[in-house]
Amino acid sequence: MTKTHRRTIRFKLNGRPAIAEIGTHETLVEVLRRDFSLFGARESCGQGLCGCCTALVNGTAVSGCLYLAAFVDGAEVLTVEGLGSGNELHPIQQSFIENCAFQCGFCTPGFILMTKELLDRHPHPTTDEIRHYLSGNLCRCAAYPDIVRAVKAIAER
Amino acid sequence: MSSGKVIEPPPETKRKPGQVKRSVRRLESKAKVDGSAEYIHNLSLPGMLYGKIARSSIPHGKIRSIDAAAALALEGVHAVITGEDVRRLIPDPYYGPAFHDQPILALEKVRYVGEPVAVVLALDPHVAEEAADLIAVEYDPLEPVFDEVAAAKAGAPIVHDILKPAATFPDLKHLEGQSGTNVALSSRVRRGDLERGFQESDQIFEHTFRNGKVIHAALEPYVTVAEMAGPDALTIHTASQSPSFVRSEVSRLLGWPENRVRVRTAFLGGGFGGKLYIKLEALVAACTLLVRKPVRIALTMEEQFYTITKHGATVRVKTGVKNDGRILAREVETWWNGGAYADIGPRVAQKSGLTSSGPYDIENIGIDSHAIYTNEPPAGALRGFGVSQVVWAYESQTDIIARALRIDPLEFRRRNILREGRPHATGMLMSDIDIDAILDRLAERMDWDRPFDHGSGPIRRGRGIAIGMKACVAPTTSVAMVNIYGDGSCGICCSTVDMGQGSDTAMAQIAAEILGLSAESIRVIHPDTDVTPYDMATLGSRSTYHMGNAVRRAAEDARTQLLRMAATALKTDMEELECRDGAVIARSGARMTIRDVMVARFAMQAGNIIGVGSFIPPYEKPDHDTGQSRQITPFWMLGGAGAEIEVDTETGRIRVTKLVNVGDAGSAINPEIVERQLIGAGTMQFGFTVFEEMIFSEGQVLNASFADYKIPGMLDLPHDLTGELVEVPHQHGPFGAKGIGETGMFCVSPAIGNALYDAIEVRVTEMPLTPERVLRALREAKDQPLGSDE
Repeated sequence: MTKTHRRTIRFKLNGRPAIAEIGTHETLVEVLRRDFSLFGARESCGQGLCGCCTALVNGTAVSGCLYLAAFVDGAEVLTVEGLGSGNELHPIQQSFIENCAFQCGFCTPGFILMTKELLDRHPHPTTDEIRHYLSGNLCRCAAYPDIVRAVKAIAER
Repeated sequence: MSSGKVIEPPPETKRKPGQVKRSVRRLESKAKVDGSAEYIHNLSLPGMLYGKIARSSIPHGKIRSIDAAAALALEGVHAVITGEDVRRLIPDPYYGPAFHDQPILALEKVRYVGEPVAVVLALDPHVAEEAADLIAVEYDPLEPVFDEVAAAKAGAPIVHDILKPAATFPDLKHLEGQSGTNVALSSRVRRGDLERGFQESDQIFEHTFRNGKVIHAALEPYVTVAEMAGPDALTIHTASQSPSFVRSEVSRLLGWPENRVRVRTAFLGGGFGGKLYIKLEALVAACTLLVRKPVRIALTMEEQFYTITKHGATVRVKTGVKNDGRILAREVETWWNGGAYADIGPRVAQKSGLTSSGPYDIENIGIDSHAIYTNEPPAGALRGFGVSQVVWAYESQTDIIARALRIDPLEFRRRNILREGRPHATGMLMSDIDIDAILDRLAERMDWDRPFDHGSGPIRRGRGIAIGMKACVAPTTSVAMVNIYGDGSCGICCSTVDMGQGSDTAMAQIAAEILGLSAESIRVIHPDTDVTPYDMATLGSRSTYHMGNAVRRAAEDARTQLLRMAATALKTDMEELECRDGAVIARSGARMTIRDVMVARFAMQAGNIIGVGSFIPPYEKPDHDTGQSRQITPFWMLGGAGAEIEVDTETGRIRVTKLVNVGDAGSAINPEIVERQLIGAGTMQFGFTVFEEMIFSEGQVLNASFADYKIPGMLDLPHDLTGELVEVPHQHGPFGAKGIGETGMFCVSPAIGNALYDAIEVRVTEMPLTPERVLRALREAKDQPLGSDE
């Protein structure tokens, strides 16, 4: 740490151009919090194993607690805060509410973004496919059955 | 519509369905899906320093020296704080809800691997982390003790030389501890004549059951941020389930009046009993006062494993029965592995001890329950508060007995359960319960009377059931305020913490029902001890009952004031008026909105109506020697579980295919949220039953991360997983409700263990039921034991 390398990154954040001065060792989730006050991606396990820190980079889900901020230079980053449009929630968010698919809510943005990636790639997944796709996201409150229902409800639309 | 005239439906049909007993969606739903929900995890303050903790590397020893020179030399390090620094600020820096035994930072001695020894403060968290690794501590090791039964014996290494009871809570006032031993508390229940009961029994069964340690693993890590609020006051922002306790304990440590310490919380990203009492708050408060700058400490997931755990326990159960299936006598002795600091372990031992003879009507009972210090991380509350450990024991044995007597396990339970009006082991007469209804529901949902295919070949199938009980913690106090603003909108001030259980929504429903408002229109103000009144804590499934009653009373108080004001304005009697549809409506048909009433009283949209309510249920302290009490608990919590499983006899792997969790919620305030509580708790206990286990070597946790310690995910879940409500209204519950947040934990383990026996006719007495443990038991039963790794 005695020598910190710094650099400037330019990227698209939730559809808007963004610029940040970062340390090359800093992770995406640190920079989102500190420089953009975006708290939807949250560090929990710190090992990329729980999914709470999920963000979409060029449409692909990454673990923001491991993914270096430097890597998003030139990329498009989507967090849960950018998912809806204006005051309108995205249908996935709406479906999570309608199906009561959360309790404490800490893992919820990660599940929602993982669902976004799933439905972008496989618009009509089966229940088994949903379970497999979301198996890297953990929910200690165990809202799992409701989460599966929420995703299924959109997939069947 | 043919004309401009709107035909109003008659008021009766316009009236909304009741605000309670309605599955209102969580008030904070939008905030939880758009990323805007407030967690203390999100909080940064200007000029804030990040703290990183240097921890003990040995389980037991004297601190010879702490060398912080290298850490202090690192560029960007603001300060290094040790136990001696804290002692200069706080002369007696020991805290705890039961004993004042836990130092803010280690002093003279360390008592477990992972105990905080020093803190590095820096503006950059990475710098703080690097510096924490540079702190060199030398120890003179002492002999450690890890096993709870060994630690309770004479001659064991002593973890604490002196014991200092805290005497904070009325139910723990009798704590004395046994100096010169590791026994923090031994609590007893005695009823009838145990010896005679065993003599008159036809058969006696005696078994010992064990379970290892597990952790809460709330996904929001422990986090506390503190700042000065002027020269001599402190604000602590903390992810805590017990803001009122944090305030009183930090005030006590500092020697300050409580009004100089403000504690606030936000939504918690899960709590499960981990975020209770003092975790980081005393440490962060001390750091803040020492450097006079805001300080934040947030733990990593790995550090959670060194902060607080569930109790490992050894439970010996001896039961005497008649051949006709009546239980005559039961003796239960439990040793709780409390780790290095008592935290709330003595209460776990006492409260779970007193129901450890189970939901059975037994004349002769002897219970001993021992909270034991060891050199492992401290153990405290974890959703269920020790109940799941004792239910694992007595319900595994219930199954053993029923099978030995050749009585159907469900029928055997029916012959022995406690019923309304019968005395519990503590002597309190059971009321507002119906265990038959729980058994009925289990039988129905498990198709218990239908033949069951146990399979052949390597995959065998089995099914099992269990029932269990808890006595809700007592005596505890809740206070609430209901505030009606000048425009007629309403806020609830209460210190119940919404950690995902839906308490905000439930409290809003209760106040709404009384004030004739919609629950969705009410705002619940989150705990802030400068604003919200006292609450004992959000724990033990107590909030709906206790805070629910306080909110009900506060809302009734507000309604009385409102109706009095409206009666003046309408020149009528209060008795003529009621609150309905956001208005005050007179029998005559006259109607004023709440805002109209405020305007009539204050001449403009102004003023407040503040309703206050407090609630403390009746309680009689149990007799020291016999545990007898006429009023041990405000309400009984009862549940049952049924499991169907598949066992791979070649690998020992269990797959749970069906898990039914039945709980008595009284009249549920919000049925859907309650069902989800049962499923959530059931899933957590399912993890504790089949794979979760902290693995220790010489006090070191070998699997302190999600890479090595697995919690249940999507693919682990039983496909058939349900929470089933049984509603036996409680006469004193708010609208008949009881608490249920923990009930889903009680019975899952023995239901699965009993299903395992049903499948392979092998009894495993130690949890979790990992493939290795099951396979070893299978091979031993075949007289082909597997070799050991060592």
